[in-house]
Amino acid sequence: MKDALHRLAERAGAEGLLDVAYADVDSPFGTLLVAATPRGIVRLNLPNHDPDETLEELAARVSPRLMEAPARLEEARRELDLYFAGRLTEFGLPLDWSLTDGFRMRVQRAIAGIPYGQTRSYTDVARSAGNERAVRAAGTACGSNPIPIVVPCHRVLRSGGALGGYGGGLPMKEALLELEGVR
Amino acid sequence: MLQADRKWGDAGDLTLSAPGAFNPRVTVLPPFQTLLDEHAADVMGVLRGAVGREDAEDCFQETFLAALRAYPKLDRAENLRGWLFTIAHRKAIDHHRANGRRPLPVAEVAEMAAAPTGEPEPGGEVWALVRALPPKQRAAVALRYACDLPHAEIAAALGCTPEAARRSLHEGMKRLRRELA
Repeated sequence: MKDALHRLAERAGAEGLLDVAYADVDSPFGTLLVAATPRGIVRLNLPNHDPDETLEELAARVSPRLMEAPARLEEARRELDLYFAGRLTEFGLPLDWSLTDGFRMRVQRAIAGIPYGQTRSYTDVARSAGNERAVRAAGTACGSNPIPIVVPCHRVLRSGGALGGYGGGLPMKEALLELEGVR
Repeated sequence: MLQADRKWGDAGDLTLSAPGAFNPRVTVLPPFQTLLDEHAADVMGVLRGAVGREDAEDCFQETFLAALRAYPKLDRAENLRGWLFTIAHRKAIDHHRANGRRPLPVAEVAEMAAAPTGEPEPGGEVWALVRALPPKQRAAVALRYACDLPHAEIAAALGCTPEAARRSLHEGMKRLRRELA
């Protein structure tokens, strides 16, 4: 049965019938769920958030043609493994920004450009997104980042260096920054 | 296909309602994986019965690829299990046709047929009687009342004329009524 389902996922992908593929990926923080469209990674679910809820959200907002297809997420798994091992400093994964738009997306794209081991303030990313005064909105945009870790919102701190917030919980934010040699 | 940034309950989901019209029905399709988790094993089981272990996997792939093709356009999500079994049933028929065999070995029909609606339980008293009917009658009754197929499709499934299908159905029902009386 398992083989039949793997073959189904492969054929569905090859025939353009698989709009969203997802897989579990182990991490030091617990199990991540990573989802990709043919365009790229569209969502990464952190361990403290219910994956079923995320799958339902993907079905409603991207496409209900959504299947578990680990083979389609091999590269994502490989890069994440290397990242958590401290051996990868820049993700090469293509990203799909379908789940975001407008100012939020501009903020999230700005975050995607913050280099490994560096941090920015919420004001910095608001400025990069084109509106220096929208600091609160920038904070909200960080909080609604659909692809955390790969889009490194953990590198955004309060002006003055306080941690600010993190969807995966502050201990995780702190651990990621430590992994990258910050703090 | 991509409905970026739509949320549950967004006004966008309800645009088909005329102003003031009461139309609470919004089709929310679950992730396709949910269908696989809940029904794939049963579909495989039914197909093994219908076309044999060896060919079941092919029919299984065809069934779910066809389902994936149609899934985003479905406008009802109440009986997805029944919908999957209907597709599986058609794929089994296609398979028998392609092989030039007489379609639908009848032993399997009642089994397949019982699954879609879930209503006449396969183990129920009536179905025990259906299983005891002569093959043609049994298949006709199962296809009509469990799969809800029209005469023309029953005829296609059984490889006979619609007239003959109607006759088999009629004979089968007569016999059931007699035995249940």
